[in-house]
Amino acid sequence: MSPSIVRTRRDTLGTSALRPDGGAKVQGSFAFSSDVWADNMLWGATLRSPHPYARIISIDTSEAIKIAGVETVLTAEDVPGQLTYGLIESDQPVFAAGVVRYMGEPVAAVAADHPETCRRALAAIRVEYEVLEPHVNPEDSISGSVPPIHPNGNLLRHQRIVCGDTTVTGPVVVECEYEIGMQDQAFLGLEAALAIPDADGGGVEMIVATQWLHEDRKQIALCLGLPEEKIRLTLGGVGGAFGAREDISLQVHASLLALRTGRPIKMQYSREESFFGHVHRHPAKIWVRHHARNDGMILKIEARMVFDGGAYASTSAAVLINAVTHIQGPYRCANAVVDGFAARTNNPPCGAMRGFGVVQACFAHESQMDKLAQACGLSPVEIRLRNAMRTGDRLITGQPVESVAPVERCIRETDAIALPPQMTSSPHELLLPGGSGRTADRQHITRGIGWGVSIKNLMYSETFDDYATARCRLENGIVTLKFATSEVGQGFITLAPQIARSVLGIDTVIVDPMDTTIGSAGSTSASRQTWMSGGAVDGACRLVRERLFEHVARQQNLDPLQLEIDDTDIIDTRGTLRISVSQASAGMTFEETFEHHHRPTEDLDENGQGNCHVAFAFVAHRAVVDVDTELGLVKVVQIATAQDVGRALNPLSVLGQIEGGIAQGLGLAVMEEILMVNGIVKNPSFTDYLLPTALDAPDVVAVLIEEPDPQAPLGAKGVGEPPCISVTPAIAAAIRDATGRAITRVPVRPSDICL
Amino acid sequence: MSIHIPTSLDDAVALLHELPRVQLLAGGTDFMVEVNFNRHDVHDVVALRRVTELQQWQHDETSNTVTIGAGVPYAEMENGELARLFPALAEAARTVGSPQIRAAGTLGGNLGTCSPAGDGLPVLFALDAVVNLASHRGKRSLPIGEFMLGPKRSALAVDELVVSVSMKTTTGWQGYAKVGTRNAMVISVASASLVLDSESGTARIALGSVGPTIIRCTQAEQWLQTQYDISARKELDEAIATEFGLRVSQESRPIDDHRSTAQYRRHAVGVLAKRLLQRGCVQ
Ligand SMILES: Cc1cc2nc3c(=O)[nH]c(=O)nc-3n(C[C@H](O)[C@H](O)[C@H](O)COP(=O)(O)OP(=O)(O)OC[C@H]3O[C@@H](n4cnc5c(N)ncnc54)[C@H](O)[C@@H]3O)c2cc1C
Repeated sequence: MSPSIVRTRRDTLGTSALRPDGGAKVQGSFAFSSDVWADNMLWGATLRSPHPYARIISIDTSEAIKIAGVETVLTAEDVPGQLTYGLIESDQPVFAAGVVRYMGEPVAAVAADHPETCRRALAAIRVEYEVLEPHVNPEDSISGSVPPIHPNGNLLRHQRIVCGDTTVTGPVVVECEYEIGMQDQAFLGLEAALAIPDADGGGVEMIVATQWLHEDRKQIALCLGLPEEKIRLTLGGVGGAFGAREDISLQVHASLLALRTGRPIKMQYSREESFFGHVHRHPAKIWVRHHARNDGMILKIEARMVFDGGAYASTSAAVLINAVTHIQGPYRCANAVVDGFAARTNNPPCGAMRGFGVVQACFAHESQMDKLAQACGLSPVEIRLRNAMRTGDRLITGQPVESVAPVERCIRETDAIALPPQMTSSPHELLLPGGSGRTADRQHITRGIGWGVSIKNLMYSETFDDYATARCRLENGIVTLKFATSEVGQGFITLAPQIARSVLGIDTVIVDPMDTTIGSAGSTSASRQTWMSGGAVDGACRLVRERLFEHVARQQNLDPLQLEIDDTDIIDTRGTLRISVSQASAGMTFEETFEHHHRPTEDLDENGQGNCHVAFAFVAHRAVVDVDTELGLVKVVQIATAQDVGRALNPLSVLGQIEGGIAQGLGLAVMEEILMVNGIVKNPSFTDYLLPTALDAPDVVAVLIEEPDPQAPLGAKGVGEPPCISVTPAIAAAIRDATGRAITRVPVRPSDICL
Repeated sequence: MSIHIPTSLDDAVALLHELPRVQLLAGGTDFMVEVNFNRHDVHDVVALRRVTELQQWQHDETSNTVTIGAGVPYAEMENGELARLFPALAEAARTVGSPQIRAAGTLGGNLGTCSPAGDGLPVLFALDAVVNLASHRGKRSLPIGEFMLGPKRSALAVDELVVSVSMKTTTGWQGYAKVGTRNAMVISVASASLVLDSESGTARIALGSVGPTIIRCTQAEQWLQTQYDISARKELDEAIATEFGLRVSQESRPIDDHRSTAQYRRHAVGVLAKRLLQRGCVQ
């Protein structure tokens, strides 16, 4: 790996401080939320619809409740508050009432003394369905040719972008329709929660793996019909999220069961149930036409983007907006006509997943860039350099890109990374496409190279004020930080103490449990926590430092503005004073809370114009793949990448995001897909939903481009999503290069290559 | 529910006779998956790990026969003496799951499940293996082709267990190749095992995942023998290899499912057959 990992005496900003939970996770002693127990607890379980679309004629729970050990059975009738929930639009029933709209929709829940008793109870619930023909074609939802499958209608959102002169045409025109399959977040730590009812039955405490404690609390409270302060959430150990823990899964069910039985309820999903228990990445069809000059300069983009939102809204509306506003890619373009639709169908609901709508758009625009390059006789690198966006350029929404936009540098630095050595005459058999299956020999392999470059918005968009709160207390030379930021593996628990050490010159930093006793931190998504919660921790620490300086200045008769932190000391910049921070703060307590808000954003108007995004990050990927063209099998040999990170606050953590994101993008490129036939999910298991293994993971060579963003509190941009976005089209392009095939769909299947 | 842990074959066989709804547990790598999905009602389980007779393998050099106990894990076939004797079996073993699965999974379990995707089975078929079975009624041996009846269906009686498989060592080349959509730990989409027996001048090829059970391509085998001298193993015409691949794929009977399509499977298994033959004739 290119960036050097420097360990220093103090784990301050810019060093590769190690995760505090790393050892425990590697050794298996880390407590994930599924490891939490309580005395006297019961187990909860969910009954789910086997049909994608059906009317519920009747539900008979009488046999289930008779089973010894079963404490309660709940259905839609037992929901005391709001009957539905949802992140943007409250359209998803806690339990299906009258109708089920996707395979796996919750119909009832049970609490019993043992998981096996729960299983029997679920089997004993008699649900009579009138099975209906599912609507699974988003085009039918858009055209209105099928009756609404939900009272809110079949169109979740339509957004148009009209920009510049729409009559412009170019001498070079390339167009194609692209398709992206449904990817799953496939986090390894399955959904799990423990709900503990208050003794008076008036509230619930919950330990849960989630991305956003406060949003969960809001939705749980509404469905329970209780005030928010009666619901107290603590973050359990989270084993990955990737967007799949933004929506409510088992939170409301577990709370209801706890309140009904008066006993703690433990719920956890199996891998199979997890596939039905959370939203997925939207499958999409994207038609794009580029008009360009002969020299490759883009003149106009036309696009029609159709996202299958599945049965419920989740975050489809926001995903769609990301898709339409990113279809130009990191390239200048003055004219555009874009139509985007998010449609409701009887497929599984889709929502947030790493990349959030931009992944789909990027596969389309990057495939188009290669087509354009070919049409203009340019290399993939040259076409991208010529069109590369610069700081200050306007998007097709009219928004100026005020973030630092080192697109050209990302491309050039990626290009400068050495290609992997040519394959030897007798390569290690496991490293050939087909791997351990021993399908190929050297002569069957063709190597290909492909490119992908992307732009990704950071933080929430369209007027959303997704602020973050943090508290800092300095007491007797020890710093305690408090925030509700979900640690889902991204490393904020490593970063927050680094911030405090840098700002305050104190090395002992304690991070309090993340819970709802402090204000919201917003969601751990949208590549936003380093910026937002980082900004909040930084702000709170700075306020404490001001108080400390005031205190020292008063004692020493100095102007506090003269004071500075130098390593672990306070120094007088105009005098000789030097005193350690722990000494200076002895016997004192300073405590400050800070809310970080990003700058306000705007809604898009009916022509898709408006400054709807906060900031942007950029990245380039170059993929080298070996393809067995006759069998259609692929081995990704190397991914070279240069990523615009603003400032690498913890280079090792950044690399973790880069390598993990690349693996996830590789998964979408060549293997990860939820397969459906008429709304029925065919592969809800890790036997058939394939994730990359170590043998599929490529060598990653990464360069971090550090051009601090003046808007960002710490100069650092979010780094979580960009790694997984343009790597997918880069791999697809490399397969095209090796095979000459069109490759308009991901994941690329063997038959797409060889038949 | 009861769990029994016999330490001898006789005890195991007796338990199979006594317990009415008994299930055998070897490495558990198929069994526990079924249990977790509640596809099994678990009643009485006979765990085979401690039955010493099942954990061993012997090479009888006078008859050139190797007998591998049903409980020998794949890990033992990947390298070492067994791998030297049966390179195709070693290649198949190396493709099974992950190191953890190979440490636990067994040929007895592969036969017990009798999935058309079982990686051990095409090799056993191409090696003309004999499956040795035991029950309280006594012992019997079946050619593997008669043991495997259909998808997850075998000739195993409810009160019977697989003791071992026996096959003759061969001189000549043998190999196994398997297509899956990921580079490791993947269920086969199409697979083939080829044995070129230079002593008898015969070729044997068996296919996995392209039919209801493992398929032996007897017609392609016979055709090859008329076109190419397997004992001499001189240079092979590419046209013969290509034609062999085509003939093999014609004998496959694949279906469409969520893992692949019949069209791709038919194509892939032909490519594998061709490549295996070319590999075998290069050496
Ligand atoms: C993650 C994973 C990956 C896998 N990958 C592969 C793969 O790549 N290729 C592959 O072929 N398989 C694979 N499998 C399946 C499995 O590992 C194999 O089929 C293995 O051979 C089963 O052996 P076992 O000893 O674990 O059998 P068990 O699970 O113990 O038993 C399987 C069946 O055989 C019966 N049985 C066991 N022993 C005997 C006996 N002596 N006589 C009669 N019946 C018996 C059992 O009753 C049961 O019905 C995988 C499984 C998992 C979980």
